[in-house]
Amino acid sequence: MGVAKEAVRATASGGPDIAMPECEAAGTLPVRQTRRKVLPIVEGLTLAVAILLPLVLQDYLTVFATRVIILSLFALSFDLVWGYAGIMSFGQALFFGSAGYGVALLARDLEITAIFLVLPAAALIGLIFSLLLGGFLLLGRYPSSVIFVALGTLTGSYAADRLARGWYYLGGQNGIPSISPMTLGSAEITEGPVYYYLALGILVVVYLLCRFLVRSQFGLALAGLRENEQRIAFFGYKAQHLKAIVFAVGGAIAGLAGGLYAFHEGFVWPNMLGVVISTQVVLYVLFGGSGTLIGAVIGAIIIEGVSFYLSDNYRDVWPIILGVLLLLVILFRPLGLISFVLGERERVGSFGRKPKGRRHAAP
Amino acid sequence: MPLLEAAGIVKVFGKLTALDGAALAVAENEFHGLIGPNGSGKSTLMKCIAGAEQPTHGSVRFVNQDITALSPTERARAGMSLKFQITSVLPTLTLYDNILLALQAQSSLLDLVFSRTRGTLHDQVMSMLTQFRLADRAQDAAATLSHGQQQWLEIAMALAGKPRLLLLDEPTGGMSLEERRVTGELLQPIKQHCSLVIVEHDLDFIRDICDRLTVLDQGRVLESGTVAEIQASKSVQEIYLRRA
Repeated sequence: MGVAKEAVRATASGGPDIAMPECEAAGTLPVRQTRRKVLPIVEGLTLAVAILLPLVLQDYLTVFATRVIILSLFALSFDLVWGYAGIMSFGQALFFGSAGYGVALLARDLEITAIFLVLPAAALIGLIFSLLLGGFLLLGRYPSSVIFVALGTLTGSYAADRLARGWYYLGGQNGIPSISPMTLGSAEITEGPVYYYLALGILVVVYLLCRFLVRSQFGLALAGLRENEQRIAFFGYKAQHLKAIVFAVGGAIAGLAGGLYAFHEGFVWPNMLGVVISTQVVLYVLFGGSGTLIGAVIGAIIIEGVSFYLSDNYRDVWPIILGVLLLLVILFRPLGLISFVLGERERVGSFGRKPKGRRHAAP
Repeated sequence: MPLLEAAGIVKVFGKLTALDGAALAVAENEFHGLIGPNGSGKSTLMKCIAGAEQPTHGSVRFVNQDITALSPTERARAGMSLKFQITSVLPTLTLYDNILLALQAQSSLLDLVFSRTRGTLHDQVMSMLTQFRLADRAQDAAATLSHGQQQWLEIAMALAGKPRLLLLDEPTGGMSLEERRVTGELLQPIKQHCSLVIVEHDLDFIRDICDRLTVLDQGRVLESGTVAEIQASKSVQEIYLRRA
C-alpha cells in the first residue's frame, strides 16, 4: 500500500497545484495500512476450524457438520447473487432442489453415481434453471425491480415445490428415498469424514473462485451495479447482462450444493425446492453479513450450530430463541455479524492495479 | 452536419407538457449552453438526449445516426456521456475505482473477469485524476470528498470513455465561487476532442465557457445563437426580467 500511495503522490505532484486543505488530513498513512487485514484472518480461522473439526467431533456430529458445510456452499451462491449483484433471489432453493432431484433421478433410473458425472450434472442443472429463470426475470426491456425479482424467484421456488409434491414420477410427497451412494471408481463415498472433506474441498475451491471473481474488474462492475444500476448503464455497461451472468453462476453453485446434499442425505424430498429453505439461505447470509462471501459461510455455520444446540437443550422454546436472536442481529447489525470486525472500506475493497513494488513513473 | 441534432422534441408527463417542440443542434467541438428559467424544460431535454427519458415525439440524431430509440447503454457506446444533476459518484468506492469503473465500461466480459485491462488502464486513471486535481485522494472513498470535488470526479468519470459529446447538467450546483472558476478551467482543455452541452443557472459561468447558447422557455426554444447575440436579445432579457 505504501508504494502505491507514493506512486499516487508522485503522479499528483505533476499536476497543477490548487489549495485543497482536506488532502493533508486524508493522507494519514498508518490508518490505511492497518485496516486491510481483517478479512484474510477471518477466512483463515474459519478454514482452520473447519479442517480440524472432524478430528474432535463424534461421528454423528461429523455428519451434521458435513450438512452445514454443504449449506454453507448453498449460502455462498445466495451471497454472490444478493451481496454482489443486488439480485434478491428468494427462490434460490429452486436450483438447489432441482439439482438434487436431477442427480437422484440419475442415480435411480440410470444408475449413474460416479462423482465426476453427478456433481458436474448438478451444477449444470442449476445453471440451466437459473439461466431460464434469470433470462425471464432480469433481461426485460427495462431493469427489473428488486420486488419483481424477489416475487418471481419466490414463485418459481413455490411452484417447483408444489409440482414435485404432485408428480408421481418424482415420488410425490415422499420424494425419492434411498439414493445409492456417490462413487469414485469402485469406492463408495458415504457420510462421515470422507464426505466431510470432499464437501469442504469443494467449498474451498468454489469460495476461491467466487473470491477471484468478485475482486476482479468484473467485481468492480458489480460494485457499481449494486450501488447505482442506472449510473453504470450510462457508462455503457450492459447492466442486465451482468446480473443475468451472476444469477446463472449462483444457480450453478446452488445446484452443486444440491447435488452434494442429495447424496449426503441419501434422499430428496419436495421441501428441498421450497420456500422454507429459500428463506433459510437468505437468513444465513443476512445474519453472517452479505457481500463478504465469508459472512455467508459463518452465517450458515452459526445458525445451524445454534439451532442444533438449542433444539437439544431447550426442546420446546428453541425456535423462539433462534427467531429473537436473528431479529436482534438483523435489526442492530444490518451488515451482519461480520461487521463487528470488518469495516466498510475493507468490505467494499479496492480493485485497482495491485502495487508490485514498481514505482509509477511521474509524468 | 452537426454532431448532435434534436428536433421537434415533445415530452408529456401526464397533463404536464415539459417540452413542446424543443430543438437543439451542437457542432463538433462546440460548447453549447442551455439556459432558461426554472421549469423551462432544460433537464428534461438533456434526459431525452441522453436516453434517460423517451421523448413523446421528435427525433434525436447523433453522429449521423438516428438514436431516438436507443437505450442509454447504446448511446454511451456511440460516444455520448451524461453527468447527472445530482452527483452520483459511487460513494463507497475509492476515487481510483470510480474512474476505473468508468474507463473499463467497454472492456469485454473476459477482460473484466480476468482483470486484463487493469494494468493498461492504470495510467489513464491516474492522468484523469491528475487532470481533475484529485490524484492524491486516489485511495479515499468518494464519499469523503467535498461537494465540489465530487462534481469534478463525476465530470472526470463522464469523460473517461472519451465521449464525443458530454452532457453536463448543472455542474457547478452548490459550488463556491473559487470552485466554479476551477471547474471552468478544468473544462476548457476537453474542447479539443469533445463537444459539450451544459445546463447551468450561473449565467456568468455559461458566458465564460460557451460558444453558443439556446434559451428555453416553457418547453420551447426562445432563441438560439452566439453568446453575443443572446446577450443582445430583447426577448431573452424579458423572460429573465419577468421572473426576477
